[in-house]
Amino acid sequence: MNGIPLLTLVTFVPLLGGFVVLGLGKEWNRLARWVAMGFSLGVLLLALILWHQFNPGSGNLQFEEGPYPWIPMLGVDYRVGVDGLGLLMVMLSAIAVPMAMLASWRIMERASLYFGLVLFLQGGLFGTFTALNFFHWFIYWELSLIPAFFLIKLWGGPRCAKAATQFLVYTMAGSVALLLAFLAIFLATGKFDFIELADMGRNGALTSALSDKLGWTWLNTLSPTLIIFTAAFVGFAVKVPLIPFHTWLPPAYAEAPTGTTMLLTGVMSKMGVYGFLRILLPIFPEQMRWVVTPLLWLAVITIVFSASAAFVQRDLKQMLAYSSINHLGYCLLGIFAVARFTGVDTAAAAAKTSALNGVLLQMFNHGLTAATLFWFIGMLEQRSGGLRGVDDFGGLRRIAPVFCGLMGIASFASLGLPGLNNFIGEFLIFKGAFPLVTWATSLSAVGLLLTAIFLLTLLERVFYGPLNARWSTMPDLTLRERIALVPAIALMFVLGIYPQLILGVINCTAVQMVKDQTF
Amino acid sequence: MLAWTIYISFLGAAVVLLLPKGHARAPRHVALLVAVLGFVAAVSGTLETKPGNLLTIARIPWIPSLGIEFHLAADGISLTLVLLTAIAAIAGILFSWDVAHRAKEFFALFLLLIGSVYGVFLSFDLFLLLVFYELAIIPKYFLIAVWGSTRKEYGAMKLALYSFGGSAMVLIGVIAAYAVAGARSMNILELARFPFPQSFQMWAFPVVFVGFGILAGLWPFHTWAPTGHVAAPTAGSMLLAGVVMKLGAYGCLRVAITLFPSGLDPWDFTVLGLDSWRDALSILAVIGIVYGALVALVQQDFKFVIGYSSVSHMGFVLLGLLTLNTVGLSGAVLQMFSHGIIAGLLFAVVGRMVYDRTHTRDLPSLQVMSLNKAIPFAAVTFTIANMAAMGLPGFSGFVAELQVLIGSWRAFPSLAVLTGFGIVVSVAYSLRVLQSAFFGERANSATNEVLEEQRHSELEQITIPERIGAMLLIGTSLIIGLWPRLLLDLIGPTFDLPHFDWLRRGGVL
Repeated sequence: MNGIPLLTLVTFVPLLGGFVVLGLGKEWNRLARWVAMGFSLGVLLLALILWHQFNPGSGNLQFEEGPYPWIPMLGVDYRVGVDGLGLLMVMLSAIAVPMAMLASWRIMERASLYFGLVLFLQGGLFGTFTALNFFHWFIYWELSLIPAFFLIKLWGGPRCAKAATQFLVYTMAGSVALLLAFLAIFLATGKFDFIELADMGRNGALTSALSDKLGWTWLNTLSPTLIIFTAAFVGFAVKVPLIPFHTWLPPAYAEAPTGTTMLLTGVMSKMGVYGFLRILLPIFPEQMRWVVTPLLWLAVITIVFSASAAFVQRDLKQMLAYSSINHLGYCLLGIFAVARFTGVDTAAAAAKTSALNGVLLQMFNHGLTAATLFWFIGMLEQRSGGLRGVDDFGGLRRIAPVFCGLMGIASFASLGLPGLNNFIGEFLIFKGAFPLVTWATSLSAVGLLLTAIFLLTLLERVFYGPLNARWSTMPDLTLRERIALVPAIALMFVLGIYPQLILGVINCTAVQMVKDQTF
Repeated sequence: MLAWTIYISFLGAAVVLLLPKGHARAPRHVALLVAVLGFVAAVSGTLETKPGNLLTIARIPWIPSLGIEFHLAADGISLTLVLLTAIAAIAGILFSWDVAHRAKEFFALFLLLIGSVYGVFLSFDLFLLLVFYELAIIPKYFLIAVWGSTRKEYGAMKLALYSFGGSAMVLIGVIAAYAVAGARSMNILELARFPFPQSFQMWAFPVVFVGFGILAGLWPFHTWAPTGHVAAPTAGSMLLAGVVMKLGAYGCLRVAITLFPSGLDPWDFTVLGLDSWRDALSILAVIGIVYGALVALVQQDFKFVIGYSSVSHMGFVLLGLLTLNTVGLSGAVLQMFSHGIIAGLLFAVVGRMVYDRTHTRDLPSLQVMSLNKAIPFAAVTFTIANMAAMGLPGFSGFVAELQVLIGSWRAFPSLAVLTGFGIVVSVAYSLRVLQSAFFGERANSATNEVLEEQRHSELEQITIPERIGAMLLIGTSLIIGLWPRLLLDLIGPTFDLPHFDWLRRGGVL
């Protein structure tokens, strides 16, 4: 398997699949779904091969291809590689896309376009998670926005046009800030390569290069590096999102069709966190440390505010949208806690490794759990003919016990019940962050409490209490739906009881990241 | 080989004019043949030039007593723009396939325009360049005045007057330069070498730059452009925005900056915080970028949106030229190519695909037509064209804007940030016009679906020539976007040539 460029393959197969499915056109609507599913399962197989071949004992980049010269004039090379982080994200995307396709199985209008766009999105995601050169990475970063935009716009709810436009313009604006930042870096250093830039960031060469080449008079009092860092930070903060850059998210998640929301929350939200881990933290460790206190405040506010906001929503999808923001807040808490200490202190190193392990786990687990939860809401919406208010239901447990049971499992997983997958990630983040930033961690625990409250309230309102007469004939989960959900639910249990499955693979990467950050 | 692009276009124009009246479809076939031959000539010329060389094609004394020669030559920049013209010509003809009213004259004028444009890009004698430059204005005027639409006579006249005004300014500067240099030669290379006095360059530069800049859409002299684009027939606007505006930018580079580089040096005084023509003009360029984008955001006429977006994109070109470093200049030339292709595509959709079928360009009216269902190919094409226009990575515009941004970070950091803002606005207006024109919701309820089906079937499907043209343009933008080396390897080594010595002077590289 050594000669086969697995990463390039895994990126191009979905893109190719997208073209094939698009080419099927109107007449082959039903076939389109199967072809698309076939491609995504093929990709899943490739991802599993990658997982199997990955060497868990090394925290370095593996399956590297390149650098092959692409645009020498701009110092752009084709270079891809994955470490534990990249592999985990590739795996998450490979799992989430078939799930999303299953959830969208009933879409009839322009199905080939829908499934083609989903495949393009998958290709874009893989490209983002494997690219090691800014130019190449940015192409996929932007390119993944377009299918998402059309997926929301053409198949979304009543107010989807506005939500889609807001999503695109907002995220693009962040991307422009990111682009400007990296162009400035290129100007000063002549490099677009993430690995080389990380080296420069570590030994201070980046700061001196930026100050030398970009020493503009009106920036004399501030560090150019800090300005560049802020611009890049904005780009990622919009994507995660971090409050106050989050306002595009609830409408987009609510208006998008179920399958798309699953992808948005399951994978695309992780792009922002990936950016923090792969790009921002390695290249700007000093700057992150300088501004870590405001960043921690932002993370805490994100965690607490979004959980509170989730509690007062009336629309189930918006509730879960805010909950998504909340869970990603924990990831950022972990990252910022790690950013706080850049010394060689071994005790801190252990805590930092814990926190990073937790962040990586949380990225995967939240992707899985949130996607499943939105899937359930989608099924509810289908049965109710489009209604998804939290007060529209009631007592469904009596007529749809399996639905209640499985959605209950997913909800409990989301609130971090031990034995289910989210617990380990959140536990590790808190365990690691507590010695590093005690005050922030303590405040964030409130978020855990609020999440538990609103999820339990959600379950209570929808499934318990008196049966809402309107839905007395609502069918329970069909056999097909149960079979489709089994892998997701099973994975939640498996990862809850045996997190070593993932931890074994990512631990060395987390250790390496901590090592890279000490200087 | 390259000179054949010029000769064949003029010959073709003559042949088309002389075609007997009986064959109604012959003019477009002949025109297409000529355009394709021109493309072949352009490509073979490019392949036989070693990058980094100045290929002299013809050098014949014309008026020896005045030092004027028939001098054709090409460096990497000329080649890039010649390729652009070739592709735009083919696309323009494909999108004018159905022109029936006085087709002979239409295609003859079209070929005349193309020939003159090739001439400008390949001339290395100033007099020859200006002859071709002026020659190009005449077919433009007639194309708009006879085959145009909204306010065609006004648009044509405005275009012609602004162009002549600009040319007059250029002429003054050029004749003065000729005189000061001893009235011996009009050769661009020799004049570039001549050390004009600083005081002379200080006024000659802005006069010539603005003169060419008028045609390039320099704010605030850009107002002819939206009017002219809207008035022109489809192929006219494709060429106007795609190629003719580049004539102006090319002139800025080849004549103004090459001959009078010291005109960009700082003055002894400061006015409003500006201390050189470079500062002043770069501010105008950025205003063009942002203003063009903001105005495009509020237009009600589909074509006006694209017209103003052209002004905005040309602002990138002008900004890139003024950065005076290799990256910025390379970005400016690449943007000339990229925008030429993309503008051609955008105007093709607006004019040929939408207006010719719906006979309206009013966005509120288009909004209720749900064009994405009626002419899906047009919707897809326009979507892709918009993505390219907003500088989405993967298309040629991204690489070009990237380089211009890098160049302006180096030269004018605060302007780079404003330009970023311009990019965000361009995303906004692109989405708005996409939404309004193609993806609007029908005002009536679902019960009128029967009427909807009827209306859809009434709109003629997209014809084969249109499809080929669209794919040609999209393909070009994608290929250059993913493999920009194809052009960057042509443009980059050009900056080592002697007539770009001014780049290295003062270490502005």
